[in-house]
This record gives sequence, C-alpha cells and structure tokens, in this order.
Amino acid sequence: MADQQLSLGELEEVHKASLVRLTLKTFVVIVVLNFLFMMLDPIAVIGKISLYNRVFPGRPRFPYSDDPALSFNLTVNQLDAMFASHIIKQAPKDPSEYRILLIGDSSVWGFLQKPDETLSAQLNQLDLRTKDGKNVRFYNLGYPTLSLTKDLLILDYANIFQPDLVLWFFTLEALPWKKQLDSPLLTFNPLASLAILNKHAIRIDAAQDQLKPPSLIERTIIGRRRLLADLLRHQIYGLLWTATGIDQNIPETFTERAEDLTDNTEFQGISSEQYSDSLLAFDVLRSGIEQSSAPVVLINEPIFISDGANSDIRYNFYYPIWVYDHYLSALEREVSANGWSYINLWDILPGDVFTDSAIHYDLNGVGQVITELLSSPPLANLVN
Amino acid sequence: MGLAHILGFSLGSVLISAVRSGKTRSRLLYIASILALYSLQPALALRQFDFWLPTAAIALAIWVWVATMDQQRKLEGEDRLSLAILAATLGLLILSSYLPQSLRAFVSLPLDLPDVTFGIILIGAVAWSIRRIKRTIRSLDILLIVLILTIFVGLKAPELSLELSRAAREWTGQSPDLASILDLNWLGFSYIAFRLIHVLRDHQSGRLPSMGFQSFLLYVFFFPALSAGPIDRAERFLKDLRQERKNSQWTLWWQGGARIVRGLFQKYILADSLALVALNASHINLVQSSIWLWVLLYLYSFRIYFDFSGYTDIAIGIGALSGIRLPENFNQPYRQADLGAFWNRWHITLAQWFRAYVFNPLTRGLRKGTLAGSPWLIILIGQLATMILIGLWHGITWNFFIWGLWHAVGLFIHNRWTEAQRKAKELTGGSSQLKRIRALGSWALTFNFVSLGWVWFSLPDMRTAWSAFLKLFGGSLG
Repeated sequence: MADQQLSLGELEEVHKASLVRLTLKTFVVIVVLNFLFMMLDPIAVIGKISLYNRVFPGRPRFPYSDDPALSFNLTVNQLDAMFASHIIKQAPKDPSEYRILLIGDSSVWGFLQKPDETLSAQLNQLDLRTKDGKNVRFYNLGYPTLSLTKDLLILDYANIFQPDLVLWFFTLEALPWKKQLDSPLLTFNPLASLAILNKHAIRIDAAQDQLKPPSLIERTIIGRRRLLADLLRHQIYGLLWTATGIDQNIPETFTERAEDLTDNTEFQGISSEQYSDSLLAFDVLRSGIEQSSAPVVLINEPIFISDGANSDIRYNFYYPIWVYDHYLSALEREVSANGWSYINLWDILPGDVFTDSAIHYDLNGVGQVITELLSSPPLANLVN
Repeated sequence: MGLAHILGFSLGSVLISAVRSGKTRSRLLYIASILALYSLQPALALRQFDFWLPTAAIALAIWVWVATMDQQRKLEGEDRLSLAILAATLGLLILSSYLPQSLRAFVSLPLDLPDVTFGIILIGAVAWSIRRIKRTIRSLDILLIVLILTIFVGLKAPELSLELSRAAREWTGQSPDLASILDLNWLGFSYIAFRLIHVLRDHQSGRLPSMGFQSFLLYVFFFPALSAGPIDRAERFLKDLRQERKNSQWTLWWQGGARIVRGLFQKYILADSLALVALNASHINLVQSSIWLWVLLYLYSFRIYFDFSGYTDIAIGIGALSGIRLPENFNQPYRQADLGAFWNRWHITLAQWFRAYVFNPLTRGLRKGTLAGSPWLIILIGQLATMILIGLWHGITWNFFIWGLWHAVGLFIHNRWTEAQRKAKELTGGSSQLKRIRALGSWALTFNFVSLGWVWFSLPDMRTAWSAFLKLFGGSLG
C-alpha cells in the first residue's frame, strides 16, 4: 500500500536506500554471526539439540551409514549429536536398572544386522535380572572403525550415563599404535580426542599432525557449513527412522569374507622379525579400565578362522597366524599381570556365521556369543 | 539450474540491467541467452550431443521464425546483425570446444568441423526452403507443429526415447547396447517446444505480433526461464522488452533480489530437505503403517511445490534483475478450497497454455457439433483432453496419464457439484459458522485430492503407484 502512495522517483530512492541498507546489514550480520560462532564454537551445544528421544524415538545404536538415502541414517561423527540421538539419552537412569554398555567396533554396532538383531538388542530381549533383582539393560555404544582410542573416547563420554558395567569388545586390528588415530571419529573431534590423550597421558606421535584443532576460519559458520548441514539432515532422517524402524540398508547379497587367503605373512607391513608387543596399545586398554566409572570386562571378540587356501599361515584376511598368536599371548600376560576381567571369544564361532568380514557375524553368531558371554564368570556371576 | 548458474545469471543480469541503452541491453540479453542455452545443457553420454541438442533448438526456432515472418517482410539490417551475432557466438562456442578440457564451459568434447559445417548449412538450407515455400504451402505452420510434437513425443515416451538413443549411438559410432533415456536429456525442450507451438498457433490465428529475429530468439530462449519456465506469451514478453523501463535498476535489483532469495530458500533449504524424507518408491514397503505413508505423501506435496515454486521465483527474480517481468506460475495453490481454483494457481502458465490451445478450441468446436445439447459432456471431454495432455506433457507414461485423468475427473465432479449447488442456491444458505466449516472441509478435500494425485505423479510405474494407493487406505497388493 505504501508503494502506491509514492511517486516512481520516490520509490526508486526508497528501493535504492533499502537495497544499500539491506546489503550492508546483511554483510554486517553475516560477519557478526560468523565471528560469534567462531568465538563461542557452539557445535557441542548445537549437537546436543535433538528431536530424537523427544519427537522421534532414540536410535538404539550410533548414527552411521554408507548410503544415507537407503539407510535413513547418516554418519555425523560429532560426539554430542551421536549421543543426543542415542536411546541412552532417553531418560535418566532408573534406580531399578543395571546398566551395561557395549563398546567396540562394527561387530558390536551390528554391521549387516537389523536393529533388533544386534548383540545388545538380543541381550535385551532376554530380559535379564541381576541377582539382586535389577533389570539389566544393555546399550550398544559400538561404532564402526577399529581403534582402541576411538573406543576410549566413547567410553569417556559415556561415563556420564552412569554405567554399572562396561563390556569392551576389541580385536588385534584395533591395537596397533600406528592405527589409533585412523578413526574419523577422532579426527572429527580433535579437541575431545586430544583431551582424552592428555587426560590418560597417552602419547601418540602423530597426534599433533592428525588431531589439529580447527583454525579460526574453520570454526565459522561458513567453515562448519558441511557439519551443520549434516546435523540438520541427521535430524530429518529421524522421521524415516521413526516411520520405518530402519537404520541400515542391508543388501540381499554382499561380498562374503575371504575364505582363500593371500600367502603374505606380514601384519600391516610388519614381519614376524620386526614384531614386538610394544607395537600394541595396551596402555589404551589400561587407561580405559582405570578411568571408567564402572568395572570393565575386556572381550577379545570372535574372528573368522579360514579353512581355505593359505589357512596354514593365516587365520583370515586380517591376521597371519604368527601375529595373532603373539597377540593372544601378550594380551593374556597383560590381563594376568593387571588382574583385568577378561573373556576370550576369539575362536568360538564357526566360519559359516561370518558375513562380509572376518569380524562381522550373523544372528546365529550373536546367539552363540551371548551363550558364551552369559556362561563366562563376569556375567554368570552377575545375572540370574 | 544449479547454484553456480544462478549466481552467474544474477550477476550477469545485474551488469546487463546497468547498461543505459535499451537496444544494447536487449542485445546483451540475446547473447547471454544463447550462451546459457549451451551452458545449461548437461553433458551427455552421446558424443557431441551437448552441442547438437541446443543447436537443434536454435534451428527449430529459426525455422519457426522464418515460417511466421510476415510475407512482405524482408530481412532487415537489425535481423542480419542478430544473425551475424548468432553466427559469431556459435563460432566462438565451436572454437572453445578445442580448448583444454578444464576450460570448456559450453561443449564437453572437441567438435567435428565437417559435421558442424554440414549441420549449419543444413539449418540454413531448410530455413531458406521454408522462406521459399511458405507462400505456396498454407499448412506449413501445422507441419512445423507436427515436427515439434513428434520430437516432443520421441523424447517424452521412454520406449521411443530409448530407440532414438540407440539410433543416435549408431550414428555416433557408440554401442547401442548402452543406450539410455538419459542420453537424450534435452534441457528445457518442453518449454521451448510450447513457446514455439504457441507462436505457430497465434500465427495461424493472425494474433502473432511482428517480431524481429533477435526478439524472437530472446523470447524462446530467455535464459532465466530456460530450464523450468514459466511459459510466457510472445506478445506480453515483447511488450515488456520494447517498453521503456518504468523502474530504476535499484527497484529491479530490490525486487529481483528478494525473489531470488525467496526462491533459493524454497528450493535449496525447504525442497531439498523435504526430498530426503518425501514419498518415493523405496519407502512404500518399508513404512510401518498407513499413517506414515500419508505423512510422507504430504511431505511430497510440499516438496514438489517448494521445488517448482522456488525455481520459478529464481527465474522471475533473475528476469527482474535483467529488466524483464516474467509471469507468475504459482499463487498459493494449496490454500485453495476447490480444484478449479487450485489449477488457476498451480503451474499457471502451463494451465493457461492448455486452456488457450486445447480446452477452449475443443469445447468451442464441440458446441458447434452434435454435442451442443449436452454441455456437461462437452465439459467432460474438454477436461479429459486438457488434463490428460497436461499429464502427458510431463512424460508419456501411464502414471502421468492417470494423474491427468485423476484431475480431469476431479475438475468435472467439481464443475457438476458447483453447478448443482448454484441451482439449489445452497451456497448462500447456512450460518457463517457452517460456511466456515464447509470452506475448511472443501480445503481439506481439495488438498487431499491433489496430494493423492501426486501418488501417480511421483512413483515410477503403475504397480508401485497402485500399491502405494492401496497401502494408504490400509490395503495391499497381496
């Protein structure tokens, strides 16, 4: 209406002034917002803002996906957002609950397993009670990629959820020092990762190079635009997660774990002559156990043992026999020397339960692992 | 039109609109439109077709211009200059194809000079022939319409498109086994074709204003409206192009900028976010209940609206930056309380095109025939023909056919209902509260009817669409 009362000339002036003013204001607002964002670095706060556990049900495992459009799930690699969408954040712990956290790699997370087929989901379906009558609830805090330091980061964060027991699943592949920082979860959370390393006095030479805190420019809205967009998409996918109950696209066919193996006897470029137990990060296990707010049970997870070509020199794609045997001995020495609680499941599963890798197993495998777990002392003494 | 094109077009339009001379401005818009035609055309698996498809569009436009030129009109100096500019621009485009790959902005592969020379001579020869024969062949306009529609059908019918792709692959020496309907992804042809048909029909009826070569090509290929419309009318576009600018460039920038920002928000924030969760074929058998399928369907309704309306806002905004006012295409369609009102506000320019060139002439013709005594039957036939053709404009598949049929039946029922109510004078009756409830009910019915129609539109085949339809109402295909 105001436009109609002005002459064309006056309107021009209004528009000119408005456009100049708007351009300047927009520029100033963008600069100020980016500056404030850079100074406050509110990613942790933003990550905690979540529709999960409020509008959408919490996810029973961390957000992770190779194909978001089919999995209705997205890898965000931001710890606060990961926990905010997890079912563990749903409500404060009930006094009648006995809370057990499962930490580990993709075999714990449940690669190629539906949400109700994972180790934690199957354990929960047993509706276990402790000897003093508490409801045992298992929480899947496994996350794909093999690194004990990645597990330590999750375990450290998870302490606020008041666990009563931690089951820490791992395999040799997660132990070499040189692989500790390979997980994107660590490089996406460099400050938290560095804090963990400092807190536990863990010295990793590559840490200064691989865990660089974001520069000032990277901390602006513009610098964080990809992460912000991912956090938004992570929330949007909550709708399809609620509608379908799907959080992973499980193809009908996949490439099965290798039965016939290479004749290479090196482990990650290391020959048996070069090998030393000092190459393995037992210190990270020690730190996790010492710093955890709950008792930790170490679990050497099941691996595929091949009968195919070169199975006389290798157990599977990952491990030459010599290195795994060395590792088993070293691990048992550490466990014994430190009095750690430990369950060794490395060879309990038959080959046919393994799916696409030497550490991923199917629902049958999950059942057998549960049987072994519940008959092993730490858990057998705990539950009815 | 991606973000890089939107930014480039916006900056280009701002620069062009700053030019004081109207003639120079038009000239620059003309060059920009030709360049945009090649720049927007995606690279194709068919070798050199990202050059040949835009060139074929220019050829069609030239032939239509020659066919619709006034009989007495000769090539004026201005036309010759425009032709020379076109030739020079094409020459530069052809030369640019020999630049290193990273510098080729318009054509993805070096062009074959003998082929290009032959092609350009052929285009010129056909244009010259049209000029020669148009005095003797009265049905030339119809022949050109048939040619355009034949190409249109060839591109829009998946089976035909695949056959054409196979033939094209044999011509280019590529394997026909790898043929795909994506091979003939001719950017903007749906809109270009309908602008050309509009020109030919108006020429037939003597309503077409005289247009110079440059104005004509600028109308057909005006760069903001190339990829997603709107379908402007030639006389309206021409009037805008010729008249002295009423608003200053500041006003244009203000208005255009605001529309572009609105369009970007709708397209890239709302529509793209909704696209993650809106109904698609993979969701149908995965959702845990019918209610969720309804939710995803409603999200699709908003997704397609924000996507298309956002693109239109961007096109109108860029047009405004350059000084050309493009027609509106959407005007709150989902707030309408009846299907007729919805179609007056959804893809307005396409609906107007079909009203002008299908519905009106068809119903006029039927009224003069044996059906004169059955107005309801005339309306039914008119609605069926118009809406089914609107459906097929999107693609010649059963799904789009059913989508058109769905709306035709809806419009007919609405027409009869309104007529019956008018006769019964029920519309004026009842309390204001009752009227409000009735209006709310009408709105809900219309929105749900339109949303259900999207089931046919959005899903790839009849079986999937039917399965979704049944699931929405609690059933299954078994």
